[in-house]
Amino acid sequence: MIEADDPKWDIEITAQKHALNLKLKDVWHYRDLLVLLVRRDFVSFYKQTILGPVWFFVQPVITVITYNLVFSNLANISTENVPGPLFYMAGIVLWNYFSDCLTKTSTVFKDNAALMGKVYFPRLIMPLSIVLSNLIRFAVQLVLFILMLFIYHFKGAAVAPTLYILLFPVLLLLIAALGLGLGMMISAVTTKYRDLTFVVSFGVPLLMYTTTVIYPLSTAIAKYSKYSWLIKYNPVTAITETFRMGFLGKGTFSWDLFAYSGIVTTVILMAGVIIFNRVEKTFIDTI
Amino acid sequence: MAKAIKVENLSKAYQLGNFGTGTISHDLERFWARLRGKEDPFLKIGEVNDRTQKGESDIVWSLKDLNFEIEQGDSVGIIGRNGAGKSTLLKVLSRVTSPTTGSVKIKGRIASLLEVGTGFHPELSGRENIYLNGAILGMRKAEIKRKFDEIVDFSGVERYIDTPVKRYSSGMYVRLAFAVAAYLESEILVVDEVLAVGDAEFQKKCLGKMGEMSKGQGRTVLFVSHNMDSILNFCEKSILLNNGIIIANGNTNEVIQVYKQDVFELSNHWVSTSATKSAPAIREVTLSLTGKQPTFELNIITRVEGELKTPAAFIAFDIQNSMGTTIMQAIPQLTPFMHFDGTTIISNTSITLHGLIPDSYKVSVWIGPHNDHTYDWQRDIISFEIENSPTQGRTFPHHYGNGFIVPDSRLI
Repeated sequence: MIEADDPKWDIEITAQKHALNLKLKDVWHYRDLLVLLVRRDFVSFYKQTILGPVWFFVQPVITVITYNLVFSNLANISTENVPGPLFYMAGIVLWNYFSDCLTKTSTVFKDNAALMGKVYFPRLIMPLSIVLSNLIRFAVQLVLFILMLFIYHFKGAAVAPTLYILLFPVLLLLIAALGLGLGMMISAVTTKYRDLTFVVSFGVPLLMYTTTVIYPLSTAIAKYSKYSWLIKYNPVTAITETFRMGFLGKGTFSWDLFAYSGIVTTVILMAGVIIFNRVEKTFIDTI
Repeated sequence: MAKAIKVENLSKAYQLGNFGTGTISHDLERFWARLRGKEDPFLKIGEVNDRTQKGESDIVWSLKDLNFEIEQGDSVGIIGRNGAGKSTLLKVLSRVTSPTTGSVKIKGRIASLLEVGTGFHPELSGRENIYLNGAILGMRKAEIKRKFDEIVDFSGVERYIDTPVKRYSSGMYVRLAFAVAAYLESEILVVDEVLAVGDAEFQKKCLGKMGEMSKGQGRTVLFVSHNMDSILNFCEKSILLNNGIIIANGNTNEVIQVYKQDVFELSNHWVSTSATKSAPAIREVTLSLTGKQPTFELNIITRVEGELKTPAAFIAFDIQNSMGTTIMQAIPQLTPFMHFDGTTIISNTSITLHGLIPDSYKVSVWIGPHNDHTYDWQRDIISFEIENSPTQGRTFPHHYGNGFIVPDSRLI
């Protein structure tokens, strides 16, 4: 029976879970919140510090120096004739962005439980704001990397960008999507089972060693031909190698590996979004 | 009249106890049942949420089959004891959590104010927080900009608007936060007992603003409170919840009558049901009332258990009338303190009550070593009733509007 004065309802709250209803219209309505959250993260990062945004540089610079001393000078791991600092910087900039997105997203429910327990807003906004806030940091570090590239280039080092640099926007998208997707999957599980947070805290730094951050893929294949699949099929590897190929002209690039990375990333992102979407509705009852 | 909210068969179940190693096997069992299209084996339909009784399963129904409608422009109070399901209902309405079954249909934008200052960042200035908080509550940036001056004006913290809010006094913080919410342009506003904070003058201002919203602007307001006085002042209609079920729904005056008669249980004895802790905790309280109007003697025996880090502790009693207003507080004279030499202490307190009007009164018990350090605070655990007027021979009834205590008065 349809009543004559049946009003059109704007919001319906039910128990049903539409895994694929992402409420993107809602997300769009809250876009100002997204911008403000990114701003909040950026501003609160350097409030009450003397050096302010300079801190964005300090961490990668010191890491590069350390890696150069240990892995290049001490352990003599090849950097494919690229000057050590430049080689490591390329890896670190990308890896930092990936691991920041992943670790911050994986605790998004836990960190924002107080807020999410009191107000409704599309929950997807939070992980998106994490990816965007870290993008600022990534951009700053990328500028540092490009400066280094210029200096080394004019000093006569054998590094020069290639046409693969045009793939950079895709690489950025892939690495962000990968961090976001994995992070969302973990965040959803940790609302009920905290075990995974421990895995993340020691697992992500370890994962770096199966990615070509401190060594080139070619060396890994040459030295560990039996286990190099582990490194090859890590979706971050193809992204790092392509990045180095584009900016430095050195690296292992194949369209196969690149496409593989793309497909894995898409699947992970989709799975992450669906799981996140399922959990966001009631996570506040269990967290 | 158009409907603003329509709630149908709304239920919400919670899982009790800890989530730990046992939970994953339960989850797998539920997942398996769902795959085969069966009912959730852990949701036992028909069990009622009564926290005083031990249930059979780990699932408790915080809301059970609620059905009601709210018309546009009404201000509706939601009342009930602690644990009646009020907060759960608000959470479901404000989409913080999903119901287990049933549905809620809403016409128009809904904004909820379950807490004042949600999402305020201590490092950011008042100005930045107005924008951030407004956006969290669902406002667009342009909208906040348009109302910015009004918000600042209403909050009265103009001078500090560019200071980080961590330097604000708690009063200023609350003022600013409420001001943002007060200028939300939503058709429906859901408010929890946030008004319990802030000074009396500001509370009045908030209530005034809420009244203006509902009466002047035709907005629908849902208001949850323990305090019957503010419900009575502010809401024409009310819904009474008890154990997750609607007991009464209608005119506020009538609903409050039902609340007082049916829900307000008198009990002169209370025993703690929580597990023993090492920290000092109130375990058992017994109350007895002797004497007759106008002077009663209230005798309260309190048993406290636990190891004490300090040599002594205070005990305090709040006495609340049936409207939810605390009308007096008794702190026995400071010497002798409660002295703890073992792990158990029994304290015997005598309170002289003078001139109380007929009503049901609830007593809360507090213990602590210092006025800003609490060991244990048990709210509304015991109660007593006064039947006759303090004035001998008075036959016409007393009314809250004229105060709670009758002084001695005589003609000379």
